Amino acid sequence: MSDKFISFEGVAKRHPAPGGGMLTVFEDLWLAVRRGEFVCVIGHSGCGKTTIVNILAGLEAPSAGTVIANGRAIDGPGLDRAVIFPSHGLLPWRTVMGNIAYAVASKWPRWSGPQIRAHAGKFVDLVGLRGAEHKRPAELAAAIKQRAGIARALAIEPKILLMDEPFSGLDPLSRGALQEDVRRLCLATGQTAFLVTQDVDEAIYLADRVVLMTDGPDAILAEIVENPLPRERLRPDILRQPLYYAMRGHIVDFLVTRSRTFLAEVGRQLDPRHVPVVRPRVRDSAQAAASSAVRRGVIHTSKQMS
Amino acid sequence: MRERVTAPLAHRAALVSIALVLAFLSFWHLATRGSAPVAIDSESARPPGAPASQRKAVMPGPLDVAEKITWHLQRPFYDDGPHDRGLGTELGTSIARLGAGYLLAALVAIPIGFLIGASPLMGCALDPFIHLLKPISPLAWMPLALTSTNDSGLSSIVVIFIGALWPMLINTTLSVAGVRREWLSVARTLEVGTLRRTFTIILPAAAPAILAGMRISIGMAWIAIVAVEMLVGGTGIGTFLWNAWNELSIADVIIAILVIGIVGMVLDQILARLAQLVTFAE
Repeated sequence: MSDKFISFEGVAKRHPAPGGGMLTVFEDLWLAVRRGEFVCVIGHSGCGKTTIVNILAGLEAPSAGTVIANGRAIDGPGLDRAVIFPSHGLLPWRTVMGNIAYAVASKWPRWSGPQIRAHAGKFVDLVGLRGAEHKRPAELAAAIKQRAGIARALAIEPKILLMDEPFSGLDPLSRGALQEDVRRLCLATGQTAFLVTQDVDEAIYLADRVVLMTDGPDAILAEIVENPLPRERLRPDILRQPLYYAMRGHIVDFLVTRSRTFLAEVGRQLDPRHVPVVRPRVRDSAQAAASSAVRRGVIHTSKQMS
Repeated sequence: MRERVTAPLAHRAALVSIALVLAFLSFWHLATRGSAPVAIDSESARPPGAPASQRKAVMPGPLDVAEKITWHLQRPFYDDGPHDRGLGTELGTSIARLGAGYLLAALVAIPIGFLIGASPLMGCALDPFIHLLKPISPLAWMPLALTSTNDSGLSSIVVIFIGALWPMLINTTLSVAGVRREWLSVARTLEVGTLRRTFTIILPAAAPAILAGMRISIGMAWIAIVAVEMLVGGTGIGTFLWNAWNELSIADVIIAILVIGIVGMVLDQILARLAQLVTFAE
């Protein structure tokens, strides 16, 4: 059960193409996420990352296949899943507290005003927004706004936390601080989290497993990279770990070259239900730029949860 | 270059404004000097038996107008028959008509604008009609209004209604259709119901544009009502102005123009303040 807390089963997304016919964004996607796991999807623009997270959120319907979350097929948005939007998505006419309280009141409509405010206040404290809770989004810096967006998402105590490039609009320093907060909060509560990003370092720091997508259209899930870094990790520390470079080299290599050629090289033989699972090792880092023959040694095509 | 210490812009602008008014009044005074003063009581000024159109209109000076204003201020609500009522009474009638037609238009335009804005099908289906009806002067509807209601007061309310309708309807439709997808997504992920979504997401998001439409509407309606009342007669500030012209009481015409301007400005400012209340920064 906990093995397949979220399960994508043969999910595809197609759009009508401008010149007639259909454009396939991605096809036959199978992926399972364990309870309490932090999964990042990484890939170039146009591979359908946002679509994947929107399907999981229930905001978009897949063209084929189903997504099962917590034992139930997703057929629309729900309060069991919370979304952190790319540009915070706060309602500008409400204060920070008002935005969080709005979400809390949506989840627990029977709660009284003081009850709602007390609950929302806990999450104001959790993300360190005490003092700014009566300000409106326009009065706050981008990073503070996104902090409020995170508090709003966590305040409904979701079973699954969904993030669509949540830190993309932020300056590097605040981005790092927010990543630390998200990791800390998810770890503390055993939060199942699903994030799509284009930022390799973000994926390595946050994720337990990184899902690599080939370039769209006709994108496929190419590979799952298990994060070899210890679960307790500090952002400044990971840069000193050789494993970090092994991991980074592998992902960057995929994004720079293999995401384009993957389909032609191995895509045909790929079983979409059992995509290769990779766990980068230290000795490979030195050879990160070497040929794919060397790298194949690290791919132990262990069965992905079936 | 040394930085010069100057009074705030607003103060300097006020000084210029006052100077302009004084210059205008002086010019007016000098230009009309020597012309016969306008009789206070226009009825008694008319030579017995002489029709109004045969007398010559005389342009009054600022002092004559000021005198007439004082006269009106002393008796704003007197009633000496259908053609001689106090300025306040006439103005009150006009504002009441404006209020009735305008509120009716808001009650119709805003809910319908919500429905059209929320439904792309209705939006496309009704778009040609709105664009056909919008450019028609509200006054053009007057004969139809008179035919169907047989009442001049009611007809002017109908005309105000039509004049005020389109800006509110169009602004509401566009702003409801243009509510940020992200905010609607927020509502969807929080499983917010239709009614709550309408009042807690769409209405606050669309409110600034709706109020902007209401502000345009009240200006349109105020312009229309003066014309309507000149056309149908009876009561109202437009009728007052037209009667003053027929009586060749140019001072009253000038006062009516001034009053129309002041009321229009006040109405516009009220709507501007209301718009400020619902405006949010992003």
